[in-house]
Amino acid sequence: MIFLYSFLFCGVVCLIGQIILDNTNLTPGHVTSLFVVVGAFLDSFGLYDKFIKWFGAGTLVPITSFGHSLIHGALKAAEDNGLLGLLAGMFSLTSVGIVAAIVFGFILTMIFKAKD
Amino acid sequence: MNKERYKEITNEIVPKEDKLKNGITAFIVGGFVGLLGQIIVSVLEGNFDVTHKDATSIMIIILIFIASLCTALGFFDNLVSKAKAGLIVPITGFAHAMTSSMIDYKKEGLITGIGANAFKLTGSVILYGVVSAYIFGIIRYLFFGG
Repeated sequence: MIFLYSFLFCGVVCLIGQIILDNTNLTPGHVTSLFVVVGAFLDSFGLYDKFIKWFGAGTLVPITSFGHSLIHGALKAAEDNGLLGLLAGMFSLTSVGIVAAIVFGFILTMIFKAKD
Repeated sequence: MNKERYKEITNEIVPKEDKLKNGITAFIVGGFVGLLGQIIVSVLEGNFDVTHKDATSIMIIILIFIASLCTALGFFDNLVSKAKAGLIVPITGFAHAMTSSMIDYKKEGLITGIGANAFKLTGSVILYGVVSAYIFGIIRYLFFGG
């Protein structure tokens, strides 16, 4: 069942993104930025954690989970170090994604040429 | 030509996009990306000795690698133009934006090309993610006690 829930959750998030793209003048950059903020907002009240429990790893795939991981790492570090931890722990969970995107992007850019 | 007349003409010429079809495509493609993520996590947890946290990290790395590779090979743009939000909203869109902005500016050199433009598209995601997470984090920490 967790597979179906993953499919549905990720599908619905993408559907919302597509509806915003089709009905407004916003670009994909606007939509992804908006979704990150929404993800961070949902996790500030622990709602996104419940989504992860209910819907499985499908919740970690959309860009909303990026905002969730940012605030989640920050709040975890804030438990130990207070306001300093809020700064120190911001990237503790998302660094996997960011570093992977930078490193793979750079290596592959070195190997391949741009298609025109 | 005044603005309203211009708008009328462009409205006639610009093809109407089928919103229903776009929505269904985005739903199905995005759903399959999410399903793929869950399958990778389940396989890693079931067959290899990794914790749930590591499994989700590896899943994200795999998806980012696939998206970066497809972008570098040059056919991810075609997929995005067909699947639209189905591939932009998942983490694949993040990797695609990063790799494509690097590869597009490759000819301008390592520093002024790749270095300066790597975060051209993903910068806004990181900036607004961090700023909003910081503000929400402070509110949560100060008013709701962490």
